[in-house]
Amino acid sequence: MTEPIPVAAEVPWRRLDGKMLVVAPLQHVVRLLPVLVILLFTGRGDPVRMWITLGITVLLIVLGVIRWKTTRYRITDDRVELHSGWVRRQRRSVPRDRLRTVDVTSTLLHRVFGLGVLHVRGASSASADHHGLKLDAVSAAEAARLRTELLQSGPAPMRVGGRAVGGVPAAEPEPSEVVRGDSRYGDHRRAQVLSVLRWPWIRFAPLTVSALAGTGVLVAAVWNVVSELGLRPRDLPFAADVEERIRGAAIWLTIGVLAVVLLVVAVVGSLLMFTERWWGYRLTRDDDGTLRVHRGLLTRRSLSVAGTRQRGAEVSEPLLLRAGRGAQTRVLATGLGRGSQGGALQPPATRRETHLLAATVAGEPVERSTLAPLRRHPRRALWRRLTRAVVPAAVLCAAGWTVAGLAPGWYWLGPLTTALLVLSVPVGVDRYRNLGHLLTARHLVTRWGSLHRRTVVLERDGVIGWRIRQSIFQRRAGLVTVEAVTAAGEGGYPVTDVTAADGVALAAAVTPSVLDPLTPLGAEEPAGDLAAQGAGRGPQERLDHR
Amino acid sequence: MTAAVALPLRPPAHRVDPRAVQWWRLQGLAALVVLAGPQLVVWIVLGMSPSWLLVTTIVTAALAAGYALVVPPIRYRIHRWEITDEAVYTLSGLLVREWRIAPISRVQTVDTEHGPLQQWLKLASVTVTTASARGPVTIHGLAAPDASELARVLTETTQATPGDAT
Repeated sequence: MTEPIPVAAEVPWRRLDGKMLVVAPLQHVVRLLPVLVILLFTGRGDPVRMWITLGITVLLIVLGVIRWKTTRYRITDDRVELHSGWVRRQRRSVPRDRLRTVDVTSTLLHRVFGLGVLHVRGASSASADHHGLKLDAVSAAEAARLRTELLQSGPAPMRVGGRAVGGVPAAEPEPSEVVRGDSRYGDHRRAQVLSVLRWPWIRFAPLTVSALAGTGVLVAAVWNVVSELGLRPRDLPFAADVEERIRGAAIWLTIGVLAVVLLVVAVVGSLLMFTERWWGYRLTRDDDGTLRVHRGLLTRRSLSVAGTRQRGAEVSEPLLLRAGRGAQTRVLATGLGRGSQGGALQPPATRRETHLLAATVAGEPVERSTLAPLRRHPRRALWRRLTRAVVPAAVLCAAGWTVAGLAPGWYWLGPLTTALLVLSVPVGVDRYRNLGHLLTARHLVTRWGSLHRRTVVLERDGVIGWRIRQSIFQRRAGLVTVEAVTAAGEGGYPVTDVTAADGVALAAAVTPSVLDPLTPLGAEEPAGDLAAQGAGRGPQERLDHR
Repeated sequence: MTAAVALPLRPPAHRVDPRAVQWWRLQGLAALVVLAGPQLVVWIVLGMSPSWLLVTTIVTAALAAGYALVVPPIRYRIHRWEITDEAVYTLSGLLVREWRIAPISRVQTVDTEHGPLQQWLKLASVTVTTASARGPVTIHGLAAPDASELARVLTETTQATPGDAT
């Protein structure tokens, strides 16, 4: 940070929790536990590895002590400061009004010792802000205290997406379910429970990427034990037998068995991952609009997103999940990009539940958020989606047949790429069918994608710029892609292939004071949708929110 | 006429500095040297062989030279910028036109950049950053004094705006 650090002598510096000295080396040792056990019982393995491990553990203890001695932090009225390092001294400070999200993670070991790692992130794209500060580790109570303190203050809350929040305490919340905060984490304020774990959701787990990740984790864990023990797979007693059977069987049988085994491993892995990630999941919203996600079996995680940082929600439907009629809800918040699992608010759930949650987060009824009746994009967009899907596939297909013709061993490339070409047609059509957008009184709703369909509901006030793109092909068709730039989430969300007039009218309706001077003719309103409601919002009304 | 009414937005008011054409040409020539040079060196070192390497060298050089000759004037005609009371507004791109609009109230930082070639031609680029990763708006090829003046004005306006512009 370049800002001068103000003198605030009255705030004392604090140290990280001393118990962390034990946790870091222990973590390393725990990872080796299975190997140790096997080593003790079987006497197999490499003693040199054990000595290296021991050395590393001692080193970790020494480094831990140095880190603990040299790290200190404090929270002054307007900044969070962290000093650390021995050889390379680091002084970092983040202004409190830039803090966006606070999350607390505690692994099983952390929990045994009552510790948590507090991670504070800022908003701007400047890296110092973005990576934020990490306090590794403080006591759970201190973490909860800091989290509440950091999110509560800062600049006077200006708005939470139109919900009456502000500095004035809102009236008693009406929600049916009002609970006391989790006292273990020091939350004693009232919070509305938006969602809790429902075990039927676990059926969606194999349909997500975590299925792959789960497989990876399982395989890696087994491999780790095997290699730490210095075993070679060939030495295993049943290896020879397996090899014999494989040699004897037909190739299609081998492939089939292998596929089934992989599938089973993937499903089991994904179920385990789901359990580890979402055990004890609970999503709550505080009086001030702060969303809190608590979850995790071995590693407890909690993510808090201040209400003033929320800019909308997204319903994400990757192909497999969509095929299983599931979806996942994410929050769009400034300072929350791809990290923290992209702001996932809920495990993959049924479509209805995800859309309801997205609407709740956006503060609108479902039919005016992600399930709004979106405007279809012009017919010319279909042609564009189709060409963009089919042409690359056709090129691949041509290449496939060429290779197949030249090298007979690769004959299968031809049919394979042809299948790809055939599949690309429905993908193109589906991409077109999914395109849509709508302006409601407070939000811009846009949907796009086929292999990964996404529906985003973004606050109009969260739009901080525009990117309008037009390729030469789009120019011929009179289409544009309008991207609403925002500080939240991925930084920009597209409205793909709308007519040029509609695209500009859309931008003008959201930010009239900016666009009006640039549209000499005055952009016409897109007829027959809810945009008319928003067009009445003049500059004065907008200024009230800033 | 469809090409003329690409968008019902008027183009930004100002062109970039005419010297930007030279700048882009020099960049094209630099690309020529970087891409074709090594090929030529290898060809000479290997004793004027293989012959296809000479062909690719010539093709690369011809393409780069053609680009340096033809493209910069076209870009000069397309690239435009403007600072209105409310926004920074630019138009750029050759095959893909791109209009970028950043409201001044959301601007966080203003940077001026002079590369070696730009310094020589007394040019500069101004980059305006907002809180979004997708938001930066860059105006390339301004005359250096204009760029500093622009950066100064924008910085003053930005500092006068309260809040963190997210």
